[in-house]
Amino acid sequence: MLTCDDLTLRQGAFTLRADWSLSPGLTAVIGPSGGGKSTLLSAIAGFLDPASGCVLWDGRNLSGAAPGNRPVTMLFQDNNLFPHLTVAQNAGLGLVPSLRLTKDHSDRVAVALDRVGLAGLGDRKPNALSGGQQSRAALARVLLADRPVVLLDEAFAALGPALRAQMLELVQSILVAAGRTVLMVTHDPADAQNVADNVILVSDGYAHPPQDTGALFADPSPELRRYLGT
Amino acid sequence: MAQRAVAIKAAGPAWVAAALVLALTVGPLVAVAFRAQVGSGLAAGDWAAIRFTIWQAVVSALASVALAIPVARALARRRFRGRAALVMLLGAPFLLPVIVAVLGLLAVFGRGGILNAMLGTIGIDPISIYGAAGVILAHVFFNLPLAVRLILQGWLDIPAERFRLAAQLNAPVWRVLEWPMLVRVLPGTLLVIFLICLTSFAVALTLGGGPRATTVELAIYQAIRFDFDLGRAALLAASQFVLCAVAAVVAWRITPVDGLGGGLDRVVARWDQSPLDWLWLGAVTLFLVTPLAMIVLRGVPGFLDMPASVWTAAGRSIAVAVGSTVISVSLALTVALRGGAIAQVIGVTPLASSALVMGTGLFIIVYPVVSPTVVALPVTMVVNAMLALPFALRVLIPAVQDVRQNYARLAATLNLTGWRGLRIVMLPRLRRPLGFAAGLSAALSMGDLGVIALFATDAQETLPLAMYRLMGAYRMETAASAALLLVALSLLAFWICDKGGRVDADL
Amino acid sequence: MKTTLTSVAAIVAASPVLAQTPTLNVYTYDSFTSEWGPGPAIEDAFEATCGCDLVFTGAGDGAALLARLQLEGPRTDADVVLGLDTNLTAVARDTGLFTTHGVDADLSLPVDYDDDMFLPFDWGYLAFVADKDTPAVSSFQELADSDLSIVIQDPRSSTPGLGLLMWVQAVHGDDAGAIWEGLADNIVTVTPGWTEAYNLFLEGEADAVLSYTTSPAYHLIAEEDDTKTAWAFDEGNYLQVEVAGILAETDQPDLAEQFMQFIVSDAFQTVIPTTNWMYPATDIALPDGFDTLTVPKKGVLLSAAEAAARRDDALDTWRNALSQ
Repeated sequence: MLTCDDLTLRQGAFTLRADWSLSPGLTAVIGPSGGGKSTLLSAIAGFLDPASGCVLWDGRNLSGAAPGNRPVTMLFQDNNLFPHLTVAQNAGLGLVPSLRLTKDHSDRVAVALDRVGLAGLGDRKPNALSGGQQSRAALARVLLADRPVVLLDEAFAALGPALRAQMLELVQSILVAAGRTVLMVTHDPADAQNVADNVILVSDGYAHPPQDTGALFADPSPELRRYLGT
Repeated sequence: MAQRAVAIKAAGPAWVAAALVLALTVGPLVAVAFRAQVGSGLAAGDWAAIRFTIWQAVVSALASVALAIPVARALARRRFRGRAALVMLLGAPFLLPVIVAVLGLLAVFGRGGILNAMLGTIGIDPISIYGAAGVILAHVFFNLPLAVRLILQGWLDIPAERFRLAAQLNAPVWRVLEWPMLVRVLPGTLLVIFLICLTSFAVALTLGGGPRATTVELAIYQAIRFDFDLGRAALLAASQFVLCAVAAVVAWRITPVDGLGGGLDRVVARWDQSPLDWLWLGAVTLFLVTPLAMIVLRGVPGFLDMPASVWTAAGRSIAVAVGSTVISVSLALTVALRGGAIAQVIGVTPLASSALVMGTGLFIIVYPVVSPTVVALPVTMVVNAMLALPFALRVLIPAVQDVRQNYARLAATLNLTGWRGLRIVMLPRLRRPLGFAAGLSAALSMGDLGVIALFATDAQETLPLAMYRLMGAYRMETAASAALLLVALSLLAFWICDKGGRVDADL
Repeated sequence: MKTTLTSVAAIVAASPVLAQTPTLNVYTYDSFTSEWGPGPAIEDAFEATCGCDLVFTGAGDGAALLARLQLEGPRTDADVVLGLDTNLTAVARDTGLFTTHGVDADLSLPVDYDDDMFLPFDWGYLAFVADKDTPAVSSFQELADSDLSIVIQDPRSSTPGLGLLMWVQAVHGDDAGAIWEGLADNIVTVTPGWTEAYNLFLEGEADAVLSYTTSPAYHLIAEEDDTKTAWAFDEGNYLQVEVAGILAETDQPDLAEQFMQFIVSDAFQTVIPTTNWMYPATDIALPDGFDTLTVPKKGVLLSAAEAAARRDDALDTWRNALSQ
């Protein structure tokens, strides 16, 4: 259970508040640009200290824990792979940060690459892969890191609709199905409607509590209406 | 976005590195001041020297930068065969020992040089380059290439999309993009060149035409060598640091110091090209390459007849260059990873150091402990590393910032911190700038006469010293060959390191 | 780095062996110890008779040599210093670092020279060196009145430069300023040292350069080039007398005295002309080629005390005259 307990985030004059808990499953984070979606994810990942309140995982206060020591892994809009490392090494970083991979590790990397559809491409460098393949390689690393919370900060925004749909399916099948808590920032409400179990609307200085996707879109709140422009 | 977690910091080691640099630059000055017996103030002539030094450094910096702007602009928007070679060659004059460069310049601009020979055939009286004009000319020859590289980097840092945007809007590229970039880049460039010219000694004196061209460094030389007035030498050296501090503060007030990056291969396709570009490129190539060609021509005849001692000296120079490159690049990396104010101070302090005071001070420090002869090469290694440090830093600081910006958060989520982050993220990503910085350090160290003269006997002779001693023994032809070897080794060292940084480097 | 370590190791390893034989440390200027200089031959000759190890340490030029001694002070390793000139001996004497040399030799200098502390080992005339087909001049006044271009060394950083300053002082005294003003338009440039000036001259940057009457001998003997000559001046040419002295704190006083005796022996003196390109200090036969050299009508030399006393005023005069 991921909990934002009376959380207040501050960046200059900007303030964002959140006070809710989230169960495993896929949650979409939507809202207007500059509303604070990325700020919320930064705080959960450990890049931003809360002004007050805290983030909890299964009742454990995460305040002060370095990003790498949290039960959290994250994909960004770009630069998710190190260009000087091979695909297998990039994925392997999720397993062994020192990159000293044993035979057993290498086997597990190969299995992960196979699951994201990159079987046999482990020796390539990222620049020899297509955009979709690069996203798959990053997902393989998330898979290997095996953290209960996964944050996707517009990770697939640069992909076309068809590829993005494929990625979301993959996220669904390998991460969500395994019982992880996945938070996904997206600009496209359709993405949220298609795959998300829950939706968090971030607007007017609040990260509103997660709501069931079907229920939310069936009866949009005034804030959501304003955001959707309907 | 204010981020808490910045991966891969090195605060502790950076302070150690900074302390080391200050100990080696300011420390010798203090040692000299302490050793001074008769304390005397600055003489009347010293104030004239300080005035002339400031004047020539300001004019040299302005002239170098003014000429560098159109050249950098031409290089930024033209793609042609040999462009990479030209950019590389731009590094050459900067790496030359002073006497070699001066002789190369005189072969072109001197009384018996090519230029006057050509003027003579069309019946024009010979021109003389001696005097203020000669000093500025030589300083421009040394520093124009450096200015071009620094400013070119500014141009390459403007994203291509902005040029396209400006073109679509029909906006004046100069006013909306290039001028703002120059305002950011020029103060730092002017500062570096001003500081280099501040400690000029042999150039100013040889081409200056007389005692009007007395620089502070000459006054220091006189104070130590002829008067043995260490107090005055220390005062004069301190005045150089004061000038450096004032110049640095002025430059930082105007803008943060900006760097020159390792990558020089991104040419933006532009449609506002002017045919004048070719004129500028042609002129600068001619200006820089002709004296270099004269050095080569002069050195070739005796090249194979050089005595074994010259080759031995060359071997020593290579060893010194390797050592000082390792020191300089490690220090630069440590300081660059820390960044901030120390990096800024360390980036300029060595430039303002008087080589003679540094050498004398180190001698005073070392002498009671160990024979100076025994430590001649290690001391040279360390001093050369100090002198190369500002240039290595200018390459590494922006590169480190770049890596941080792109990969710090990813590295943090993957627990790639500390030494592991350095090994897996920083070092591989910095490979090219590290190669470039190493090449610069190696080449600078190879050619620097610096402090070795005070410490070395024949058994520690480096190549520049051997060359200078050959000249002192009337062996001008052999000396010319030694100079050629020196130039070749400097460029080779630069090329190997620079290339090494590029091999197999992705993106 | 490895080379350094190896050479340090070699020195350390070698020292116990050397400790068997006494070592005489001689500080001198660079070009004396270079492989083309007199150093190697003199080392061989002296070691053949002394049963000792003679170690030369090069330290820049004459002025740098004295500065180095002053830096090291009484703790210096040097037993003997070889290569100061008479413009520096007054300062050297004042340091209190030297003792008397005790050598009574028959010297062949063109002037009377008597100094119980500093023993001459060679000497030369300062002169303007030019191509033979350049019209020669025979006085400073004539040079100043001519269109000839010259390159000289800075008296603040170079020994010949300081010698020229004293030369003009010695022959023109109170009129030195006027002479320098007259020369101002002849002087192409003032270089930091002899090396730069001589190079500029060979590159054709000036008609003549301040050097020594013996410079043409190098071109003649080593390069078989007889196109260079030196100008004798009617008022005389300034002498550069190079001297050696014993350090008071030497731990090898007997060896040091033995070396001083050796300096005025034929074994030392015969090496000098064609390696140091100067005149020997004793009356020995000169090598072929030296007979063709310009011999000035007289040698001019200010005493060490006088040179020291007049230096600061002379420098001011020089600087003022050339700064206008």
